[in-house]
Amino acid sequence: MADFVNHILTLEDSWIGYIVAALVAAVLILHVVAVGALLFIWMERKISGRIQDRLGPTRVGGKFGWLQTLADGIKLIAKEDVTPDLADKFLFKIAPYVGLAASYAAFIALPFADGVVGQHVNTAVFFVLAVLGLEVFSVILAGYSSGSKWSLFGAMREAAQVVSYEVPLGMCVVVPVMICGTMNLTTIANMQAGFFTNWLVFNDPFTFLTAIVYFTCATAGVNRAPFDLAEAESELVAGFHTEYSGLRWSLFFMAEYSSMFIVAALASILFFGGSHGPIPIADVLGLLSLDNLGSSDPAFHVFNEDGGGFFASLNLEIAIARFLGVANLLLKGTIGVTVMMWVRWSFPRLRIDQVMTMCLKYCVPLAAVGFLGATAWQALDLPTGNSLMNSPRYSHHELWTADDSESAVEEASSNEVQTPHEDDTHAAAKAVKLKTVPVSVVKGGGR
Amino acid sequence: MASSKIDDPRVIEFDVRTDEMLINMGPQHPSTHGVLRLVLRTDGEVVSDVEPHIGYLHRCAEKIGENLTARQWIPYTDRMDYLAAMNMNLGWSLVIEKMLEYDLPERGRHLRVIISEMGRIASHLVAMGTYGLDLGSFTPFLYGFREREKILNLFEEACGARLTYSYLTPGGATADLPADWTGKCRQFLAEFKEVIPELHTLLTTNSIFVSRTAGIGVMSAKMAIDYGCTGPVLRGSGVYHDLRFHGEERYTEMYDGYVFDVICADPATGKYPESNYEFHGDSLDYPEIPRQAVLGDCWHRFYVRMLEVVQSVRLVEQAIEKYEATSGDWGTPIKLVQKLPVKEAYMETEAPRGQMGFYVVGNGDSIPWRVRARSSSFCNLSVTAPLCQGILLADIPAIVGSLDVVMGEIDR
Repeated sequence: MADFVNHILTLEDSWIGYIVAALVAAVLILHVVAVGALLFIWMERKISGRIQDRLGPTRVGGKFGWLQTLADGIKLIAKEDVTPDLADKFLFKIAPYVGLAASYAAFIALPFADGVVGQHVNTAVFFVLAVLGLEVFSVILAGYSSGSKWSLFGAMREAAQVVSYEVPLGMCVVVPVMICGTMNLTTIANMQAGFFTNWLVFNDPFTFLTAIVYFTCATAGVNRAPFDLAEAESELVAGFHTEYSGLRWSLFFMAEYSSMFIVAALASILFFGGSHGPIPIADVLGLLSLDNLGSSDPAFHVFNEDGGGFFASLNLEIAIARFLGVANLLLKGTIGVTVMMWVRWSFPRLRIDQVMTMCLKYCVPLAAVGFLGATAWQALDLPTGNSLMNSPRYSHHELWTADDSESAVEEASSNEVQTPHEDDTHAAAKAVKLKTVPVSVVKGGGR
Repeated sequence: MASSKIDDPRVIEFDVRTDEMLINMGPQHPSTHGVLRLVLRTDGEVVSDVEPHIGYLHRCAEKIGENLTARQWIPYTDRMDYLAAMNMNLGWSLVIEKMLEYDLPERGRHLRVIISEMGRIASHLVAMGTYGLDLGSFTPFLYGFREREKILNLFEEACGARLTYSYLTPGGATADLPADWTGKCRQFLAEFKEVIPELHTLLTTNSIFVSRTAGIGVMSAKMAIDYGCTGPVLRGSGVYHDLRFHGEERYTEMYDGYVFDVICADPATGKYPESNYEFHGDSLDYPEIPRQAVLGDCWHRFYVRMLEVVQSVRLVEQAIEKYEATSGDWGTPIKLVQKLPVKEAYMETEAPRGQMGFYVVGNGDSIPWRVRARSSSFCNLSVTAPLCQGILLADIPAIVGSLDVVMGEIDR
């Protein structure tokens, strides 16, 4: 993208290109967060309404009330921003921004489709989880600084709960990483291309188990019912955001809903094929072949480098494939969020000791079993979901390494460690690819 | 501490203790059912002491009763247990009738059974729904309210009001039921039977609900009797006592010829009586008692209410038939300035929340010399402090919710 901007501006390797590229990505992602929150809050109201045998919003914005959240947002902005006398004013004021910033920043590394990503990060899995984990700070800050005992209770619960659930969550995420041999979310998604049997959730029984445990832990990690103890209204009034009002209060909600989408999208990338649909429509229609994809810079694929004009060289096939990919991921993520809503409106809330028991007694051992089982499955080379369809999991992996020509393999064999150039994402990607070569040769070559 | 078990949460917290914190839960708190104020002494999540404070809804109802005539006080009884206003009306009406030695005509008797049992259903639906709310589940609340709304529609047709009815009065009722009311009531009952299994699925058998309520707030039969608990709270502890069976004759004769069960587990076996009521094919069997549940815990108190609703449906069905079979007068309300004899009378009825007693002393005037109401919620609430020792914070809504108190009745 940066190169593309520089190309348009006829600059050579200028920093301006990087700034513009970052701004474009930032603004686009901000819209995903804001519009996503609007949509999900509206969805939550409609879904809860249907579950509870009522209508939900019906007036604002036409028949389905889909502008209700916007109207409420305007109301919240117009409300007085109250800071309690007892509050630690500075911390109280920045707490919501910390939360929103954390869940917003996690979107940077989330690939919406192959190449449609804010910043290509080779350790995207790690990055997303780490940044998302920062969200707990906002809750602790809010609870600590509010000067209210109920808020403090909420913050303490959140701290205990979220930190505990990071353990099984991390163990679940390791399973796809281990099977795919990469922490790159784009690659993990691409390796599940093809029919839905290729999805990692259907890889073997242990990945199926892991997917379920992941979803449970993710629900707990983003504080959704039945694990929403930090804001348990029947016990703690409103938990950590008891004292908040107006815009700051709504920022907490934007953070909550965008985190929900991130963990759901992460689930779909790690276990449910990411941007790839259950049936490879693009392949069937002959729109593109896999080797068109798999690079880190979207702009150069959609707009050819030497095309000159802006739309003259638009590679329509890839653009359509990416659009479908984005639609797929958004749809899967939304389904995940819908399931969370469904659970929220059906179940009572757990008690704090039950939440911790669930984590330490059930989720952690189950995640461990899933991890060990999946490892054993790979080591013993047992049949996997994708072998049913006779489509090797590692075809893409091989294609990807093949892209780098034989020299990559040679370099790997000569044990020469290549230091990636900091500006060169391709080189950085290559460094990771090199490590994956043995896996793909041993495992993929056989099938 | 020495006598405590090692896994007592108080012992565990003592090892890593920090300062204790005093917290006001209420009077403005979502789960204190109105304006109950609980002062909690907490150590982290563990609550070591709970002290209920009442009086935030005190409206001098008894004193007002000593300045109004018997019939004029009826609207004030509505505002005591505002979730079961019909049953409050009934209690006051019965005590005045007892004082005046007035005998109700047959049709009026059946009308009162219909109305008071419908009131019981409505009240238990709210108890069930808000209990779900206390435990963090919003949906059962709306399911309960949806059904209650239908009952309120029926009540509105009968008397014009939806919450504070003032319908049953000393001497009978302000009016007979409207012409096609019983048909609509039958239709409601038929629809309602379909809903009961849904409510059981949402809460009674839900595993999270069970883990939140089973074994929590266990109250022995002796303790329930000692503290004067009544109603579902008492029966949830396995005490076979229901004023519709065991009450004063003037009250029990209202239920003459009716067949229904007292919902109460046998303390020896822990089993509830077999449902001998053909309800809805066989799909309305009582759900299984979960293994974790202990007689006298929150789950049993909730369960008793759920099953009592079924018995109330059964009673209303019988009452409608009897009501339709009888003709004539439904009772004449007493005069607004009816003189009360120089004597005293006390009468307890089985209101949805327990025994609601009214005491009245007349001095020959139409205005009583003394009026007193004995509230069931008041006694039921008194067990809060002993039950909430060494529990977790989240158990407080579970325990207080299972007692199902209405502050209007406690403070009066």
